Amino acid sequence: MPQPAVAADDPSPSIPPTPAVGRSVPRKDAAEKVSGEAKYVDDLTLPGMLWGRTVRSTVPRARIKAVRLCFDTAGFTVVDHTDIPGRNVVALIEEDQPFLAAGEVRHIAEPILLLAHEDRDTLMAAKVEIDYEILPPVLDMLASTEALKRLSIDKGDLEAGFAEADLVLEGEYRTGSQEHVYIETNGMIAVPEPDGGITLMGSLQCPYYVHKAIKPLMDLPGDRVRIVQAETGGGFGGKEEYPSLIAGHAALLARKSGRPVKIVYDRGEDMWATTKRHPAIVRHRTGVTRDGRLTAMEVDVVMDGGAYVTLSPVVLSRGCIHAAGAYRCDHVRITGRAMRTDTPPNGAFRGFGAPQTLFAVEAHMDRIAEALGMDPVELRERNALRPGDTTATGQEMQEDCAALDVLREAVERTDFHRKREEYRGTGRGIGLSLFFHGSGFTGSGEVRLASRAALEATETGVRILVGSSEIGQGTRTMHAQIVADAMGLPYEQVETALPDTAKVPDSGPTVASRTCMVVGKILQNCAAEMISRLGGLTPMEYARRHGPLVVSQDYVPPGDVKWDDDTYKGEAYAHYGWGCNVAEVEIDPDTFEARCTAFTAVEDVGKAIHPVLVRGQIEGGSAQGIGWALNERVVLVEGAMANATLTNYTIPTTLDTPPMDIVIMERPGKHGPHGAKGVGEMPIDGPAPAVVNAIRHAGLDVREIPATPEVLMAAAPSEEAACASS
Amino acid sequence: MKTALGDLELRQPRTLDEALAMLRDDGPLLPLAGCTDVYVQLEFGVMPARRFMDVSRLRELRGIERMDGGGLRIGAGATYTEIVRAPLVAQRLPMLVAASREVGGVQIQNRGTLGGNVANASPAGDSLPVLAAADAVVVLRSAADGERRVPFTAFHTGYRASVLRPDELIVAFEIPPVEGEQWFRKVGTRAAQAISKVVFAGVKGGPRPRIAIGSVAPTVVRAFRTEEALASGASIEEAQQVFGEEIRPIDDIRSTAEYRRRVAANLLRRWWVGQ
Repeated sequence: MPQPAVAADDPSPSIPPTPAVGRSVPRKDAAEKVSGEAKYVDDLTLPGMLWGRTVRSTVPRARIKAVRLCFDTAGFTVVDHTDIPGRNVVALIEEDQPFLAAGEVRHIAEPILLLAHEDRDTLMAAKVEIDYEILPPVLDMLASTEALKRLSIDKGDLEAGFAEADLVLEGEYRTGSQEHVYIETNGMIAVPEPDGGITLMGSLQCPYYVHKAIKPLMDLPGDRVRIVQAETGGGFGGKEEYPSLIAGHAALLARKSGRPVKIVYDRGEDMWATTKRHPAIVRHRTGVTRDGRLTAMEVDVVMDGGAYVTLSPVVLSRGCIHAAGAYRCDHVRITGRAMRTDTPPNGAFRGFGAPQTLFAVEAHMDRIAEALGMDPVELRERNALRPGDTTATGQEMQEDCAALDVLREAVERTDFHRKREEYRGTGRGIGLSLFFHGSGFTGSGEVRLASRAALEATETGVRILVGSSEIGQGTRTMHAQIVADAMGLPYEQVETALPDTAKVPDSGPTVASRTCMVVGKILQNCAAEMISRLGGLTPMEYARRHGPLVVSQDYVPPGDVKWDDDTYKGEAYAHYGWGCNVAEVEIDPDTFEARCTAFTAVEDVGKAIHPVLVRGQIEGGSAQGIGWALNERVVLVEGAMANATLTNYTIPTTLDTPPMDIVIMERPGKHGPHGAKGVGEMPIDGPAPAVVNAIRHAGLDVREIPATPEVLMAAAPSEEAACASS
Repeated sequence: MKTALGDLELRQPRTLDEALAMLRDDGPLLPLAGCTDVYVQLEFGVMPARRFMDVSRLRELRGIERMDGGGLRIGAGATYTEIVRAPLVAQRLPMLVAASREVGGVQIQNRGTLGGNVANASPAGDSLPVLAAADAVVVLRSAADGERRVPFTAFHTGYRASVLRPDELIVAFEIPPVEGEQWFRKVGTRAAQAISKVVFAGVKGGPRPRIAIGSVAPTVVRAFRTEEALASGASIEEAQQVFGEEIRPIDDIRSTAEYRRRVAANLLRRWWVGQ
């Protein structure tokens, strides 16, 4: 533990403050949010501000023949692709997505034209007609011939592995799309600056992603583009890359009108037009010995990327790296491809590809157990990764590998085996899933990000300067706890600056369960550096005597993390969290509704910096996973969401959410602050397979989610057969 | 896209007579009470009406009363919460209490009214099968003609269509005594805040079985032929066959025709045979 900074001239012996880490201290943002004082983008109004609106395509693939404005254009600002001062591409991984369609549309809801007006009703009433020359769309990922990314992971000798097997089991597993349903929809305000620059304020996760995208669009240098995060009502990945698009639109309207412009999507537009989880089809072929040892795993992953590359390569990558599950196997081949379709681009969503592949492998494991006549716990115990074992990429597991620990704890707590026997033939079922989740960017991603964080000594304490965003998950609180303890200051004396690219360094995106493990660690290093610079003074004393002091530190890659992007070999992640979920279900024999009646989550997060927030992440992620498993069905018509309402896209209500037993396990990792390994995403990896395995235990062979009543009905014995047997 | 709110007009009569006069002299006006359907349509921009009349303050539409001969009169402005809390309804029409408890969530139940559910004329209205199975009578009133009574089963004439005239208000529902055991089952898209995929009300053990089902045809279906079959001793399988002929389910974004058909048959069996 770093020692507290004690002032040399302090007459009284200093009593170190109570450590903040590990305690559920009050959230930094609680009072403002609870009182309603917190300002979200739609709460902000600037003098002379216009409302902006996006006119979108209504067909999946076409050439645009004509655009007609069927309204009186007085008082309107109208922008199309010819108004773009810079380049019409959203800078991210590839530069294939336009901000505004130029001649051709490649998915429904693609932005074509932007309108702004000072009266919102007038703006909304404005009618635009577009003539299209319709082209045949590709809507099915399996029919697509255009891969946005392909990759393969090879370990050992697959054929040799299959030769050792007593049994080879194949299976195909499908996961549906999912909508984030963050409580606040996407929104952005653009303000034109007198120097020709642009300032953007909005609901977003990654201020520097927006910064990167706006510079080439507006043809502006970095210091003329300023991105400020407004208070943000949830993200779940849905505000990772998409805000660049809406920011660009607001910026273009602001530039042309010379006035501030606000665009806020209503729920329907947000659901219809913005990113979703990648649907996936995962095929497994697995060799296993009679006594349950995995000898060979062949996995093929297909994801629907949508019309543009966006983040699909890295979603696919994370999905594939997790595709062999939390198991040791000497002979593995994983192939993956993200296919282009004429549908709205799919994007980042909590779990980032891993929930799809972990669903498949965990559903497959229960089918293997069934085929062997073996207990599903025993099969998992037999094969679970242990310290010293290697993953599919050849990464050696360290002492914090907790697969067996979480499995055994969950099995014991739930009385799994007794219930497994007791429920047989009753319409009830109990199932489990074992999973892991790599924290931080994949492979060499963190090295490329080269994140930076800073600390400032002030007259009241220290101020954290990071680009990490608070989106409800507790970033400000958790970072302040880490810094308070590292500085030896009371938690109350640590504050966090608003993420503003004019004032805070680029700490990388707030994604990938990296904000605690990676950015928190850099902040710890900043604190050590600051203590060494304070010359024995407290930060307050230093600031009063010498003025402000800012120290910054860069990400230091752990020496033992090596990765090869070409061969997909090595340490894919610095650390993994480990989890086991147990779900109990009841199936209504009349309506085929599966209801999750009890849910247990045992999750190793390394260190719970703030136990209440960690529990909140696990409860929320589990509920979101149960929704994805049973009920959240994105109905696609011509590739676009046809049920883009909260009425018809049914996330779980409290009555749909089971009582949860949450166990936080702490097996510290070497690299994160206090051993923390990340918690944001992992909780959504396990619920779907646990629920579907419980449904299997109740007698229905379901291999796809959402496992809606309609899907369960199809898996149930037919009416005639049921009648004959009754 | 959301309906622009600036163009909307709202009239607020203080008495039923004033309201009926407004409908006669200053129509068309869409009556609204809890607004639980109106707000949804405004949000989605699919509300054709621009002029509204607030009937939520009309005392004449409130109240749940005993009728001579054991019947029940429920004011059109009674909210689901009022229905759930009324001992009289629990005693005489428990299936309406069951249905009211499953409408939306608590907030919707506090605002939504029985009259609104019927006037909205969605085939998925949760209270509709109950009123159909209970042989309810709809009491309508206009300035021109005073009161008229329409059997509930004749009230709806098609998808979102009814015999209600633009100058009329639904003022109450009269429900004769229901003999027999009442049964209600909603199959929604989730446990609360859900729209029905199938919604069933049945009465058995009285003079003759009564069955009504929603979300399986353009209007709620009173399954007279199935009732007849069961009354004359048909097997449950035969009755399911007849029931299948009386409904016309479709595929939509919430479910499939096949699912609705099979679940309807299962609910018929569950209700009639039990285990």
